[in-house]
Amino acid sequence: MPEPAKTPTPPPWAAGGVGRAPDGEAAERVPVAAPGGQPPTRGVPTGRVPGGGVGDSPIRPEAESKVNGAFDYASDLAFEGMLWGHTLRSPHPRALIRSIDTAAALALPGVAAVLTAADVPGKLHYGLIEADQPVLAPGEVNYQGEPVAVVAAETLDLARRAAELVDVAYEVLEPRCDAGEAVEAGEYFRYQPVRLGEPVTADAAVVIAREYEVGMQDQAPLGPESGVAVPTGDGGLVLHVATQWLHSDLEQIAPCLGLAPERIHLAMAGIGGAFGAREDLSVQVHMAMLALRTGRPVKMMYDRAESFLGHVHRHPARMRYEHGADQDGRLVYVKAHIVLDGGAYASTTEAVVGNAASLAVGPYKVGHVSIDAWGARTNNPPCGAMRGFGGVQTCFAYESQMDAIADALGLDPLEVRRRNALAQGDKLVNGQVVDAYDPTRAVDGQPFSPLRDLLDRFADIPVPPIPAGRDIVELPGGTGNTTHGEGVRRGVGYGVGLKNICYSEGFDDYSTARVRLELDGATGEPVAYIHTAAAEVGQGHWNLQTQIARTELGVERVVLLPNDTKAGSAGSSSASRQSYMTGGAVKAACEAVRDLWQGRDLDDGPIEATRVFRHRATKPMDPVTGQGDSHVQLALCVHRATVDVDVELGLVKVVDLTCVQDVGKALNPVALEGQIHGGSAQGLGLAVMEEIVTDGGRVRNASFTDYLIPTILDTPPMRLRIVENADPEAPYGLRGAGEPPTLSSTPAIVAAIRDATGLPLTRVPVRPEHLTVRRPS
Amino acid sequence: MRVTLHVDGAELAAEIDRPGESLLSTLRDRLGLTGSKNACEQGECGSCTVLLDGAPVCACLVATAQCEGREVKTVVGAVPRPVRDAFVQCGAVQCGFCTPGLLVSVADLLERDPDPGDAAIREALAGNLCRCTGYEKIIDAVHTAAATLAGERP
Repeated sequence: MPEPAKTPTPPPWAAGGVGRAPDGEAAERVPVAAPGGQPPTRGVPTGRVPGGGVGDSPIRPEAESKVNGAFDYASDLAFEGMLWGHTLRSPHPRALIRSIDTAAALALPGVAAVLTAADVPGKLHYGLIEADQPVLAPGEVNYQGEPVAVVAAETLDLARRAAELVDVAYEVLEPRCDAGEAVEAGEYFRYQPVRLGEPVTADAAVVIAREYEVGMQDQAPLGPESGVAVPTGDGGLVLHVATQWLHSDLEQIAPCLGLAPERIHLAMAGIGGAFGAREDLSVQVHMAMLALRTGRPVKMMYDRAESFLGHVHRHPARMRYEHGADQDGRLVYVKAHIVLDGGAYASTTEAVVGNAASLAVGPYKVGHVSIDAWGARTNNPPCGAMRGFGGVQTCFAYESQMDAIADALGLDPLEVRRRNALAQGDKLVNGQVVDAYDPTRAVDGQPFSPLRDLLDRFADIPVPPIPAGRDIVELPGGTGNTTHGEGVRRGVGYGVGLKNICYSEGFDDYSTARVRLELDGATGEPVAYIHTAAAEVGQGHWNLQTQIARTELGVERVVLLPNDTKAGSAGSSSASRQSYMTGGAVKAACEAVRDLWQGRDLDDGPIEATRVFRHRATKPMDPVTGQGDSHVQLALCVHRATVDVDVELGLVKVVDLTCVQDVGKALNPVALEGQIHGGSAQGLGLAVMEEIVTDGGRVRNASFTDYLIPTILDTPPMRLRIVENADPEAPYGLRGAGEPPTLSSTPAIVAAIRDATGLPLTRVPVRPEHLTVRRPS
Repeated sequence: MRVTLHVDGAELAAEIDRPGESLLSTLRDRLGLTGSKNACEQGECGSCTVLLDGAPVCACLVATAQCEGREVKTVVGAVPRPVRDAFVQCGAVQCGFCTPGLLVSVADLLERDPDPGDAAIREALAGNLCRCTGYEKIIDAVHTAAATLAGERP
């Protein structure tokens, strides 16, 4: 009798906690930097073992297609008989539209449709939180770049030329561009106060009162906004889109098209970076309208200038802070007045204000707080989500304040932070108890302080020395041959960032995963199929899903089904939440499949389970006191920046960025390091170069020639020390990791520039002219 | 006007109706070769870097009309296997939009300088913007690729 075919069996450890962080002990990895703070060893792939499970760094499933040119980004898609769409945008920040004449555009041979607000089939507005963004301007425009009409033509060139022929009669109005004046006039999307105790200036030995400003940063993902709408022939549509959240897109698109959501299928196209820029809709409704009107597939693709006008930005901020501390540098009170400029439409301003208010003091203990935060409505470009989401602006301010306290008292910047560091059991200013660390852990009989833990790690990472006989290209100015080092000063500074992970303030945040395990008909080996709607924006989430399946199911082969709206919602690839949320959903679905597998044979057919994963419930902030357990998880990152500044020319070179970050558990060390590097670099950009400059509501620098993002010459070696203080509530103990470094690198770099120059520097980005003013002698 | 190009080893003809049409537009929109990416179309980001008769250029800044009979190598034909492998293994690819252009620039660098130091790598890749990686893993990948290629040489 022949041997029966070998049937795979469930892994023996099925009931166990595979891949969990070691109990109690905090693990530490030093993946790139060698111990002792030596420069990173180059060319040695780190942390990679062949298993490909959680904690390993297997190769991304999509990596090969991204290095051979085959990966289809949204802008690479093409369909038979496809038209090109283009958007006509308002040149004015504020105007009434008296008339629109499309006749000349329509008369151009090859033009298939020209649509205006009058042609919107359903609701005229959409929005992520509040539906206030017009699909096409209905009678008035409120920011420069607001869509007024859309054109479909045989080529993109023709569509652009046709758009120029649309005759719009504007009655130009005076734009409101000052966010502070808007707040005073009652024009704001949200006001959120936080009140705790009674801040009394007289109670403090040291009072630091300063004003800070943060410029408007852009996400600048390299892949332009793009997509294709394909009519199905029965009045429905397939939309190929590059978005951070498919289901939120669908919820906003369907009412505008006047279609039932079931008539629209969203399929994820390849995403060329996001960083928050793909949370709001861009091409979606426009291309769908054009496809419905023409009955043909319609592709839209922004060029770079249009991209700068066609997505939201990071809120610029003006902040007035007053910190009072005692003689030892311990905070007595904090007062803050925070005005974020939301621009013309709501986008996510409401949630950004909540973060700015609740994180306004950072990870520091203080009993008396008075914070007022607004998100103003102006005629500036709309602002919304960008990596760090409301945490970035206040982080620059509160960290600058901590340094000023240290300066005033002659304390070391690390020491002043150590003295004020929140510990397990302490409360944030919203009254939320810090509870996301091992409750049994204590240090010298004191509750464990996650921040103190990170700060202490710098003790054995030396500041890089100034090398003897430096080549002048290593100096600020580089190959510009601007100095031989005469005016170059070195500075060192620290920054701490506290970021909430996942969606806060009572939002019903969930993700869905379907996992099917079946035998490969040819080989008889088990294959896990995973279906989610989670966006792979570059962070490595697809890879993580395969790792979780390998760990939980013990299988080698994992197949990811395309992300689309046939799967349940995965929520957004935002808020550093996808490892936690869709990772949690995939883990739960795999566990369910594994349990079913215990009592069944795969020979009898596939085993499938769908699970919805939710994090713990949160509460809204009290509208008067700001109190309430509004956050899910907290994540900390600390940077030390070392800079060289040419104080005569105002040139800055960031020499080194050392980062100590608590990630709870490193699920994929290589991808994790990449997130920290990338987040740190975006914080560097905000510190010294990145700003959308507006003048009377008009964007002055909508190009990569004029909006500078860090090049490889601007970005220093980054030493990482990754700390794993597990969160007992989170899948595998992880903490979201993508955003925190974006918070902390900016204040660290500015602190280092202050150290080098002695200048107060209360605005980012720091520009050369801020450094070449007369310095205190 | 009809332009004949040698792209990644194949002879291809394109019918151009605009005198200013860029090589990038011809490759992507007329020939369907979308490996070269369009991130800025003004020569700032390097995502469309190709080798034109062996020299790295931004395809968005070259007029197709200038390319009659010339050899174009994109990410498909310009990049040695070890360079691709190094990018994949070192985690130098995140969203990947800058990757095709970077790979072509790295291939060109390693052709000129088989064992570049960090400073030489930074200088050579200064025209290729990456928004995801902070460039650290890219530098790792170049060193890894250089070591592999050195091992392959007789």
